[in-house]
Amino acid sequence: MSAHDHDHDHSDVPSDLALRVKALESLLVEKGLVDPAALDILIDTYETKVGPRNGAKVVARAWADPAFKARLLKDASKTIAEFGFDGRQGKDMVVVENTDEVHNMVVCTLCSCYPWPVLGLPPVWYKASPYRAKAVRDPRGVLQDFGVTLPEEIEIRVWDSTAELRYLVLPQRPKGTEGLSEEALADLVTRDSMIGTGLAKTPGAKP
Amino acid sequence: MNGAHDMGGMDGFGPVVAEKNEPVFHADWERRTFAMTVAMGFYGAWNIDMARHARERMEPGEYLRTSYYEHWLHGLETLLVEKGLVSAEELEARRAELAKKS
Repeated sequence: MSAHDHDHDHSDVPSDLALRVKALESLLVEKGLVDPAALDILIDTYETKVGPRNGAKVVARAWADPAFKARLLKDASKTIAEFGFDGRQGKDMVVVENTDEVHNMVVCTLCSCYPWPVLGLPPVWYKASPYRAKAVRDPRGVLQDFGVTLPEEIEIRVWDSTAELRYLVLPQRPKGTEGLSEEALADLVTRDSMIGTGLAKTPGAKP
Repeated sequence: MNGAHDMGGMDGFGPVVAEKNEPVFHADWERRTFAMTVAMGFYGAWNIDMARHARERMEPGEYLRTSYYEHWLHGLETLLVEKGLVSAEELEARRAELAKKS
């Protein structure tokens, strides 16, 4: 079987996509519809500045400060905005809390809705068919795909995001973290723990 | 409108496979497609629901076969043409021109 003995459409190859995108950008720039420097700033913002470290700060404060946590669960958008994390793709937020009885998981079955201001742009798996299809049907199976097994008695709630409403999971604070600073707590908060496909790290455990 | 995008609960897609140390973007064309889409969103010729609908109108087979940012690129080109901001002929001509140079 030769390397080319396959049936996919060759217009899908990346070099053609690169050309198609270049053609589009050159036309939009020529027409004054986009400014290349503004595009560079947007890319840099989401590639290096906005990401799950934002969400980790919010979670760490909720663990450390009960009054903040109460406000966060009551009005997530307003409370998260205290950090300056607001704007595009995250204006209306809901925070759902994991407890000994309930584990929450967030998906967007129709596309890729995700709270950009606190988590950055979603990873490929979040936007891909397997997760979108499986999360609402077999969330325990999804957790197993991530190497996580929860006791049968824990209820799993799956939240399907929309363009208007975005969810952030407040993971459980790991045991043995009494007395840790907010900064040290934030280091234990993983992106996946805030989507609900993982748990927060235990101090001293391998990353 | 239903379509291939409405996949919640469907069987057969296999396990969720997460990439270790995944970069935010996997290629430069993804960066530019992302940024042009966001910038044209600010421009205001359409809203977020129209942008999503433009991706969801992709032919179902093609939707399932192509990657996430290809959906975005398809949606952006579709809306630009529908709003009369860029014509399909202009896009085709510019691609041909760049292909000749490369």
